[in-house]
Amino acid sequence: MSASTVQEEKAAAPEAVSSAVRRNLSSPWASFFVIVITILWTIPTFGLFVTSLRPSDKANQNGWWNAFVDHTFTADNYSQVITGGDVIPQGIEQFFINSLIITIPAVLIPLAIATMAAYALAWIPFRGSTFIFVTCFALQVVPLQMALLPLLQLFNKGWKVNGVSIIPPIGGHGTYYQLWIAHTMFALPLAIFLIHNFMSQIPKDLMEAAVMDGAGHLRIFRTIVLPLSIPAIASFAIFQFLWVWNDLLVALTFAGGNDQVAPMTVYLSNIKGTYGSALHLVTAGAFVSILMPLVVFFALQRYFVRGLLAGSVKG
Amino acid sequence: MSPFMIETLDKFQQMGTALAAFFGVLLLVFYLGSKTSGRIQTPTARLVMLGPAVVLLTAGLVVPAILTTISSFKDANNRKFVGLANFNWVFTNPDNLVTLRNTALWVIITPLVSTGLGLLLAVLIDRMKRESIPKSLIFMPMAISFVGASIIWSLVYEYTEPGSEQIGLLSQLAMLFHVDNPPNWILIPFWNNFLLMVIFIWIQVGFAMVVLSAAIKAIPVDVVEAAMLDGATGGRLFRSVTIPMIRGTLVVVLTTIMIGVLKVFDIVRTMTNGNFGTQVLANEMYAQSFVQFDAGRGSALAVVLFVGVIPVVIYNIIQLRRDHAR
Repeated sequence: MSASTVQEEKAAAPEAVSSAVRRNLSSPWASFFVIVITILWTIPTFGLFVTSLRPSDKANQNGWWNAFVDHTFTADNYSQVITGGDVIPQGIEQFFINSLIITIPAVLIPLAIATMAAYALAWIPFRGSTFIFVTCFALQVVPLQMALLPLLQLFNKGWKVNGVSIIPPIGGHGTYYQLWIAHTMFALPLAIFLIHNFMSQIPKDLMEAAVMDGAGHLRIFRTIVLPLSIPAIASFAIFQFLWVWNDLLVALTFAGGNDQVAPMTVYLSNIKGTYGSALHLVTAGAFVSILMPLVVFFALQRYFVRGLLAGSVKG
Repeated sequence: MSPFMIETLDKFQQMGTALAAFFGVLLLVFYLGSKTSGRIQTPTARLVMLGPAVVLLTAGLVVPAILTTISSFKDANNRKFVGLANFNWVFTNPDNLVTLRNTALWVIITPLVSTGLGLLLAVLIDRMKRESIPKSLIFMPMAISFVGASIIWSLVYEYTEPGSEQIGLLSQLAMLFHVDNPPNWILIPFWNNFLLMVIFIWIQVGFAMVVLSAAIKAIPVDVVEAAMLDGATGGRLFRSVTIPMIRGTLVVVLTTIMIGVLKVFDIVRTMTNGNFGTQVLANEMYAQSFVQFDAGRGSALAVVLFVGVIPVVIYNIIQLRRDHAR
């Protein structure tokens, strides 16, 4: 989507304007405003964390800020919400595993497929390659909602022509195939677009030497282009990880009523509805679910930002 | 071993098998493909590399989107054609009118507020010495799921009976301003929509800030210096140099958020499930399709969403073209 931002990023001389503007416009009020917003933006998450550490009677009796007066903290909520307890019989642990099992292939598989497709579109020109690329670009903005119902039907019933099964029904109770395939399909437009943009800027001379040696496209891809494209691949991997980990719509559609495979977002959405008044547990559950993305986010923020800058319209 | 451990191992095994199968086939195809030579070499490579993506995109997005469009003209069971009846229902049913109004509010307000606040922060943070800490913290909600964010904010909006101590931060703040019995915020008709929008804005401001900040840093330094030599400072510099220079990025950020918000579903589902006059198109689409099992109406709502996205995308493309032409 944002070809212009990419260029602007590329053209960026580090520290270009900032120092000049800083000298000219720096004001304590600006810093004050930023600090106020930063605190405002952080407080809700902080409140969630504090509440999740308070004993149930305290957490459901008064606001989390009282914790700094009464100084009672407990980790009991976490042990209750992780394995299940008296209030919420079903623990989050199995859903955590499900999130993990859904996310890993749902990141790796579309990455592999998109990297190959991006190479083909960028470096094996043929009639129709522009058409495919433009279609890919356009598909980024098709709402997932447009695809859900027919896709669910395809998965459940397969596809038959005159009684001959072309595509068999996919996945049964307790399997993740539907989720993996759906996430892969929905990830491809953005993945191909991002990686293509990056790959098409690799200098041609690098490849010409290999062609001279008689290397085919498959070998050039494997030995030259793939290693060079790691930054773009990493950016997309983080992006896709956060997207799948945090997704609720696809999860509800393809695993909604099935606790055996449903991810944490489904579990949280359910306990928020059913046990909303057990604040100490709902908050602990929510914190368990946001911990992983937060760690990934803070550790790999640079790559994530790079991915965002390169384009971020996703169905 | 506990049943949980057994089940977990089972799941990992399922994942391992699937991944091994996928990458095994991939490597095998690659191996066979690289054995080819001469005239079939390039077509083989093209087929191997592009084939899977084209098949998946066709089966997963193109064909389903066409089928959904067709179902939107059919009845609940996807059997008989009913003409425009479903669309007629979308645009005349009184509940849907509220849904459409809410969606319009979301689409107009959240992108403007997120982008505006993001721009302000980008400009101000740019002038601070330690910009990375506030930037990270404001950006952080981007990593949190809409469901998680809804739980975080429902804690802020929590209601308690009159007389008992407050749990929600908003009510506590209201008490400071001498509102003695803070209302149940999330039930206040019409205004509760804005409380839900705050959650979305909370997540998106960081996105807008980071992207706009990169654009501001990319403004060539001589442009700014020239403007300052001409005596432009502060607000003037911002209006006549910064804004025009980052116009393209502003449009991209605005439209990206707009497209995202049109499809927002998780927040409304988790906070109110569309009750109390907070329904939006995307959640109503889910409810019609998967709760009421009315494929016709669900599909019609999806089509309305899609048609809503199109003008935004076209506008975006026109703007990008214009920027490139310059």
